[in-house]
Amino acid sequence: MNQEWPLWEVFVRSKSGLDHKHCGSLHASDAKMAIQMARDVYTRRQEGTSIWVVLSEQIVASDPGDKAMYFDPMEDKVYRHPTFYRLPSSVDHM
Amino acid sequence: MQGSIDLDHRSAVQYLLRIGDTCLILGQRLSEWCGHAPVLEEDIAMANMALDLIGQARAVLTHAGAIEGRGRDEDQLAFLRDERDYRNLTLVELPRGDFAFTVMRNAMVATLMKLLWERLVDSSDEELAGIAGKAVKEARYHQQHAADWVVRLGDGTAESRRRTEAALRELWLYMPELFESDAVDDACQAIALGPRWIDLREPWLAEMRSILDEATLAMPAESAFRSSGKRGLHSEHMGYILADMQFLQRAFPGGVW
Repeated sequence: MNQEWPLWEVFVRSKSGLDHKHCGSLHASDAKMAIQMARDVYTRRQEGTSIWVVLSEQIVASDPGDKAMYFDPMEDKVYRHPTFYRLPSSVDHM
Repeated sequence: MQGSIDLDHRSAVQYLLRIGDTCLILGQRLSEWCGHAPVLEEDIAMANMALDLIGQARAVLTHAGAIEGRGRDEDQLAFLRDERDYRNLTLVELPRGDFAFTVMRNAMVATLMKLLWERLVDSSDEELAGIAGKAVKEARYHQQHAADWVVRLGDGTAESRRRTEAALRELWLYMPELFESDAVDDACQAIALGPRWIDLREPWLAEMRSILDEATLAMPAESAFRSSGKRGLHSEHMGYILADMQFLQRAFPGGVW
């Protein structure tokens, strides 16, 4: 029997309106304990207003071996950035 | 070598010292887990709670010093009194024991402090009410954290249950002191500084019963033994913890970071 507690990934939202951001991982026996521990480990310096935890084994990741095929082709496609539009001066934050 | 300071025996000061000293000594005990807890995450949780408690102690002792009006600050009150001038519950000075002992004690003390801070929010003393408003949030978390572990360990493996039951049996001997009321309590209730601790007994028992029920543990019978830390008569463990705490201020008076 595996005695090790499962690994959880922790996501913390720093302010209302912002996204939850991945900030690390921890071991916990279940979801309730994982939330509690995440509070103690990752929000001690006022970092958070909300916490998500998810079992690490539930995360499906892309294969690092696919990196060249997946991401390199975007290098020369500057036209995909919206930098060729002139913004009306009344639009402040984009 | 710094000599000891004497104690102000006015009721309000005594009442505040009972609160401040209970937070101070439990904070010191919890800090002993730093680097020793069973898992890293709990290590940090224990240190967090120890710092919450030391923070509460600082605020309350500073305020006690102000009421005294003799120019003594939190450090002098925390580090320069003699053993019999400390007013903490005997419960909090007991050695930290195993993890089951620590979380069971935390559950008992956090439940008491939560109920006390909830009442102190309405204190006639605005400073104390302000301290309570901040501390009650911390105490609520301490209670949830401890209760969660009591349930996990009590309703856990045969070994965790055995340890949790043993901790409960031993700690329960020191429970009656929590609710011993005396002239200090009466005087402070009369001026609406804070409640008599005996008035917290029924809600405390109800909350502990629900935690123990969930942990499938039976609440022990009340013992005839009466510990007396609140009156300054401490267990044999108190001197050692004070020696640890006081060494630096006694050897280097007024030393600061």
